[in-house]
Formats: sequence, structure tokens, C-alpha cells
Amino acid sequence: MSRTPLDTVEHAAATPDVELPWAELGLKKDEYERVVEILGRRPTGAELAMYSVMWSEHCSYKSSKVHLRQFGEKAPESDALLVGIGENAGVVDVGQGYAVTFKVESHNHPSYVEPYQGAATGVGGIVRDIIAMGARPVAVVDPLRMGAADHPDTKRVLPGVVAGIGGYGNCLGLPNIGGEVVFDPCYQGNPLVNAGCIGVMRHEDIHLAKASGAGNKVIMYGARTGGDGIGGASILASETFDDAKPSKRPAVQVGDPFQEKLLIECTLEAFKEKLVVGIQDLGAAGISCATSELASNGSGGMRVILDDVPLRDSTLSPEEILMSESQERMCAVVEPEKVDRFLEICEKWDVIATVIGEVTDGDRLEIFWHGEKIVDVDPRTVAHEGPTYERPYARPSWQDELQADDANKLPRPATSEELKDQVLKLVASPNQASKKWITSQYDHFVQGNTVLAQPEDSGMIRIDEETGLGVAIATDGNGRYAKLDPYTGAQLALAEAYRNVATTGAKPLAVSDCLNFGSPEDPAVMWQFAEAVRGLADGCQQLGTPVTGGNVSLYNQTGEAAIHPTPVVAVLGVIDDVARRTPVAFQEEGQLLYLLGDTREEFGGSAWSQVIHDHLGGLPPQVDLERERLLAEILIAASRDGMIDSAHDLSDGGLIQAVVESALLGNKGARLIVPDGLDAFTFLFSESAGRAIVAVPRSEEVRFNDMCGARGLPATRVGVVDGDSVELQGEFELSLEELRTAHEETIPALLK
Amino acid sequence: MTARIGVVTFPGSLDDRDTQRAIRLAGAEPVALWHKDKNLHQVDAVVLPGGFSYGDYLRAGAISRFSPVMETVIEQAKAGLPVLGICNGFQILTEAHLLPGGMLGNDHLHFICRDQKLRVENADTAWTVDYEQGQEIHIPLKNMDGRYVADERTLDMLEAEGRVVFRYLDFNPNGSLRDIAGITNEAGNVVGLMPHPEHAVEPLIGTGRTDGLPFFTSILKKLVNA
Repeated sequence: MSRTPLDTVEHAAATPDVELPWAELGLKKDEYERVVEILGRRPTGAELAMYSVMWSEHCSYKSSKVHLRQFGEKAPESDALLVGIGENAGVVDVGQGYAVTFKVESHNHPSYVEPYQGAATGVGGIVRDIIAMGARPVAVVDPLRMGAADHPDTKRVLPGVVAGIGGYGNCLGLPNIGGEVVFDPCYQGNPLVNAGCIGVMRHEDIHLAKASGAGNKVIMYGARTGGDGIGGASILASETFDDAKPSKRPAVQVGDPFQEKLLIECTLEAFKEKLVVGIQDLGAAGISCATSELASNGSGGMRVILDDVPLRDSTLSPEEILMSESQERMCAVVEPEKVDRFLEICEKWDVIATVIGEVTDGDRLEIFWHGEKIVDVDPRTVAHEGPTYERPYARPSWQDELQADDANKLPRPATSEELKDQVLKLVASPNQASKKWITSQYDHFVQGNTVLAQPEDSGMIRIDEETGLGVAIATDGNGRYAKLDPYTGAQLALAEAYRNVATTGAKPLAVSDCLNFGSPEDPAVMWQFAEAVRGLADGCQQLGTPVTGGNVSLYNQTGEAAIHPTPVVAVLGVIDDVARRTPVAFQEEGQLLYLLGDTREEFGGSAWSQVIHDHLGGLPPQVDLERERLLAEILIAASRDGMIDSAHDLSDGGLIQAVVESALLGNKGARLIVPDGLDAFTFLFSESAGRAIVAVPRSEEVRFNDMCGARGLPATRVGVVDGDSVELQGEFELSLEELRTAHEETIPALLK
Repeated sequence: MTARIGVVTFPGSLDDRDTQRAIRLAGAEPVALWHKDKNLHQVDAVVLPGGFSYGDYLRAGAISRFSPVMETVIEQAKAGLPVLGICNGFQILTEAHLLPGGMLGNDHLHFICRDQKLRVENADTAWTVDYEQGQEIHIPLKNMDGRYVADERTLDMLEAEGRVVFRYLDFNPNGSLRDIAGITNEAGNVVGLMPHPEHAVEPLIGTGRTDGLPFFTSILKKLVNA
């Protein structure tokens, strides 16, 4: 079988009329014409491969970036931010010379196709982003959204995803400390698998993705490049350039956590010896992305000899090598005199490392194959000057009707017996039930610094053994609220994550987000996206917590049916001494339960409306960010000064869900009294935001009350930690045993 | 005088730093040992930590057992050097035939991470003298391949000779035969167990218990008094 001639730059210039498969690679006609205009000729196959992946929605944010700009424009003044949006991950100053980097990303589509590897490589990708900033990864979190809990396909997807996250993360030695699992039929064909990672470094160790200094070497290290994760390139390779090649390459990558663990250790050792000028991980769009980003962020150009890239499959075409998304690879820029030492460290860790090119003093990215130039581009046009779309957006016609379908008007329990039954139903419902079956498949102990892990309100990691300095992270996002009102829904996600961090005693500092939506080509979805971004940007501005980076996942849609708009928000906080952290579990009998904040009749999007009535309508709870900030300040002060021994944020499921969780975790019951001005039902199930329940030792009651009074935060005594049941006075009593069975047996029964 | 306790880092070891911290907290001096280095650098005892050495793609511990450092560890363990294998370390010790039996995948086929209750069945080994015989303790457990198996004769022999050091209580997390969580060799210098004592050495961290610290104070006492 004869091969078609190599499509060199020279060849491309000489053959302007050759038709390229730009449409199959996902480029629009005007986008392709723009590439031709930039280059002043038709692109080579390799160039087309690079532009098509880098200008994809996933890499270029072409539909979302006009909205995402608000995160920068509305960014609050914050002296905590050391590196902002645009790098692999943002970096936050947490004091004592430490910096923390964190980010959340999606791996939704691959995880539906192949749950185990999709989820595993999602962890791998986010961890490499964190290493690429110069940090040692210290923890991961995994927010998941799945289809209906009792749908047969959920039984295929969820256990695979959980095993993949565990299989990869456990093998890397990263404690999994947080995240959520939410079930809703809207995610049936589009489960969301988001993955977050936190890394810690000293200020002086921050590394950036840029290639500067002519003559510096570009070193690729880690796994060999194979044919996995190149759906687009297969089209290019098999249909146009070489009919003899296998045409079906797996589109989902396969992870090797052992290789990644070695990559972490060897990268950190190279950082420690100050051997690295710039660094980039290879994730989406592989070498195309790494070389064009490194070059465009640096001062000069770059020359790459593609033949030197170590391959797993020697039949790969240059286009495939450029687009391969093989995992566990990184690219470092190293000064020539330090190359030997860098390679030595790689060898110590048995990591393959190869010099594949160098930084030049020009401004072109040139890539050679068999001695011939196949790419000659301005790297900025690949990495940063992709198309930008002002997609049309419009408030959907059904929004008014949805909001008019008021959940507050749903029939409520009429008797004590009904109230009790509904409590049991709620705590046993898949969304409110214990996720222990899932989280027990993740290692939370490794590294020996885990202070809090799920089911706590936030995960907390000690970062300094001497001083006790620690960081906390919480991720939240309620798609039901966002469906009812995306602006408010995004702010509620922010408010909840912010509150969850404060509930454990940490001060919220910064935000990362993973914005999961349907198709941007649908004006209704685009409106949801625009509203959610506006809500989140406004909220962050008001709370003083800048967005440091994040990820957008669009096209989470099957046919006409989009997922609920699901902005997942991660808030990072800092605590001076982890010994002062506040856990969820009740600690001691006799402690007084105080409800902080205002409770209103708010049932729109609530867990109660879903579990009891299978209903979604009305308006989500109101947001008052000033109140959230005050509540956070009180929770942090109370934790620091030893005024509370346990605390739990109130969110989905309302007060009763929180009390049951605290009781079961502490193995201590509670006696509750409905406070004046509220009815039992609203007291138990309302999801008003800006609330928490705390357990106050009797000796601290006066001091605690004085503080809340002085600051103007409503604090209402609603009960006491006591006995081995949860009792609502005059209404019902449920034994801890009964509650435990209801709460803990649901998920294993569904998934085993 | 204090004791120098080596902790081997294999590629894929995960709990090596945690183990070094536990040794330090117990008052001994941790010494990092490298899998490619046969030299044990005059340590008084060795810990093989948890993790997935060499990826454990073949069978947990099957490759590490042939690493250069293990040649020396095996030789010196036979001569009486105290050796503790935790989780992956226990798997390596069985693969190296320093301890009898072997480990299979958990009976429920999932990774499991939990705070595990154990009973100390033998408080006479080099690594358990600071426990009481019969003491009940809680130690974190986390593994994929933790199901201890051996033939009936071996199990009977282990029981008869008092070489079952720890047994799972209340809940058998992986299907281990006779609820065995840890065992020792005839001489009592080599101990292996699946749970992770190095994760239970500080209040507040992990489960907040310190039930694992006596492992490290035991060996220190043994070495310093020797």
C-alpha cells in the first residue's frame, strides 16, 4: 500500500486546492477560512489537526469566554490571589509562606462512554494541572451527578466511576476528602464527573506554563505517546492521508496511575532542584496544546522534532502524535546546562524523558517530521486567538410556567404520623442517604494530614505539622435550584460551598468552578449559562472571593433534553490551626442546639418537594450574601474561641437532614422543639439559605448568644443533644437505629 | 540513645512519609531507604510501607519482592532484624516467604477504607510489646487485595503457635480467613498486617485516635532495651 506524500508546509503552499476534512474535525467553514487567512495558505494536515483541537469548544471556550470575562472584570480586591485565571490553575496565598493551588474540571463525556477509565483519567488530568503549577497535590474531591438512582444504567455508570476514581486516586496516594453524589433523571444520558485537586507549595516554588530563553530545551517526559484519545485525528489520518491505517482509535484514554505517581515524584524533585523554567501537562489536545501554549506564553518561538517523541505505536502519523491524548505525559522547558540533571532524576524514577525540541528566538512554532517542516504557525493563533462566539441566548418560554408552579402550595403532612413518615422517607432518599458505600472506596487517610473528610461539611487538610495551618475545600451545586433560576442557583451553589467551609471553622478565600450545561447552540441553554455566570461573578464580587480558574463543560445534552444547569462551585478556605476545626458530629450530651439564620417557607427545588411529590417548580430559596458573610464570621469566631463543638450547614433536606446526620455521626440523639413563629413542617424541611445548626456547650451559651446578638445574627435555641433518638417534641420520636437503617441502607441496596 | 528505623520507598509506595512521621512521633529516627539500594545503612529495624509498589499490576508485592533492597531485608530478617510490613508491605512479606500465606482480592471486590476494630492476639512480638494481650484497638484499613488466605494446616499452625497477631473484630472487611488481620514469623521479629497503624498516631488527624502509635513505641522499647 503506498503512502500519500507527507503534507509539508512547502507541499501545502504548492497545492492550495487540496480539500481537507475540516468539517469532520469539527471546524466550521468560517473557522477553516480564518485558519487559511492566518497562514496565508491552506494548512498542512498537521496544522489542521492542531487548529481543530485547539479551537474546539473544550479547549478554546469559544462559546463561553464572552461570559467568563466577568470573572476577571468583577473580581473582588483580594490580596490572597498570587496567580489568577489563565494558568493551569489559580494560586492562593494562605499565609506562613504557603501557597495553595486548586481547580475543578469535568470529565463528563468520557465517563459515560467508559465509566472506569473516564473517571480515572479525569483524576489524572486535574492532578497534572496541579503539579504543573509547582505544587505537591495533597487531596482530591469528586462532585458527581448521576441519572436516577434506580435506573439500570446508573448501576453501570456509578460503580464504574467510583471504582475509577478510587483506582486512580488511591494509587496516587491522594486522600479523597470531599465532593458529592447527586441523582436526578436529567443526568441519565449525561452523568457529570467533575474532579478537583488541591496542591500546596511555598510561594517561591510557583511554576508557570511558559517557554522562555532561546536555546532552552523542551523535554517530554512520562508515558509514551499512543493512539488513545484521538477521535478527531483518526478521521484525518484514516480518511485522507493513509487508507491503510486502522481507522478506529479509542476515543477514551486509558490511565496508568502508577506512571502518574512516578511523574509526580520526579517532577517535584526537579522543581526542588530548580531545574525547570516552564512546565505544562499534556491533557486535552496533547502535544498540540502543550507546545502552542508553552510557546505562546513565552518570549520566543519553539522548534520541535516530532520524530523524537517516544511512541507506544510506531505506526502513528504525525497528525495523530500531535493530537494524541495519551495520559501521564508532561512537557518541561529546561536550560541546556540543567538537562542532564533533569534526565538523571527522570531515570531515577524510571520515567522516560526525551528532548524533543528547543525554544528559538523567533516567534514561530515549527514542527518537523522526517526532516521536513510540517507545522509553521504563530503559536498565539493556535492557543489564544481561536474563534469567539456571541451565541444568541433567550430566557426559555417555559421558565415562567416553571416558576409559577409553586412548591409552597404542595400538600403538606397533615398529622404527626405523616410528618414522621416523611422524615424517614427523606433521610432514606438516594440524594439524602449516606454515601458511605461510595466514599469508603476512596482512601481518606493517606499522607497523614486529613483532618476532615466527607461526610463532613468540608474536607480539611493540615499543611504544616508545626503550626497546624490547614486548608478546607467544599464543592456544591444544586441543579434543581439552578433550573428554577440560574442566576440565583449559581449564587446558592457559591453560598453553600462558602458556608460549608466556614462551618468547619475555615475562612473562605477563593473560588474555582466547573460549569456543566447543555448545548450552547440552544438559546435557552445559553441563557442559563449566561445567567449562572453573571450570578456567580456577582456573588464572588460581593463575598470577596475571586474565581481563580475553572472549567466549562457544554453539550451535556441528549437530543433536545439538556441536563439541569449545574454550576458546581468549589470554595477554598484557610484555618490557622486545624485543632480548632468544627466537625458535624454531635460531641457531648447536654449541649444546646442553636439554629442560626432565618427560616422561611421555601420549598422550591427542595429535597422534600422531590422526594415526597416528585416536583420541581417555583422559586429557589432567596440568597442574602451579606447574611452568608455574617454567618461565616460567626461560625469562624465560634470555632476559634471554642464556643461550639459541632456545626452543620443547612441545605438540601433542611434542618431535619442536618440533625439526623450530626446525630448518626456522633451516635448521640437530639430533642428538638419547634421555635415560636414556625410550624413543625417548615422548621424541619425548609431550605432557606444562610443557616446552620450548632451545638453549644452550656458553659459557652451566654458568650455565644452575646456574640450573635451583638452582630445581629438570629440565633434560636431549638433543642439539646440527648438520648438515642431524634425527637420533635409533641410530634414524633425516631430511634437512631431506625434512622441509621433508613439512611445507610439505601445506596448499598441500589448499587450492590 | 534512640533507634534508627528504615522505611523503604518503592516506586508506588504511598505511606512512606506517613510511616516516617509515625516513627518520629514515637521518638525514633526514621531513615529513608531506596528500593534500588541494597544497603540498609545500619538501621535497627525496617518498615515496608503501604502503597501499590511497581503499580501492583501483576499481583500485589510480586515484583517488589525481587527488588535490590529486599535481598538484604530478606537476608537480615532471617537473622533477626525486626521488620514490619503494613498493607502492601505485608503483601511483599508473604511474596518474599518471610510470612506464610498470601493475599487475594477483597471478597466484595471493592477497595475499602474504614476505621477498623482489631484485637491484639499477641503482645509479645517486636512490634506489639506496648499493647496488652487481648486489647481492642481501632486502626484505619484501606486496601484492594486484603483477603488473607493460607491452607488449613498453616492456619492451624499459626493459631497453635500464637502467631496470629491481630484479628478483625465485629466486621471482616475483606474475607480474610479466620478474621486474620496480621501475623508474625516464628521468631516474632517479622510482623505483617493489613491495617495502617501509621495513620493512627495523632489526635485530630485521620480518625483522631492514636491506637497505632504503640507499634512504633514497641519497637523503640525493644531496640533501646536490647
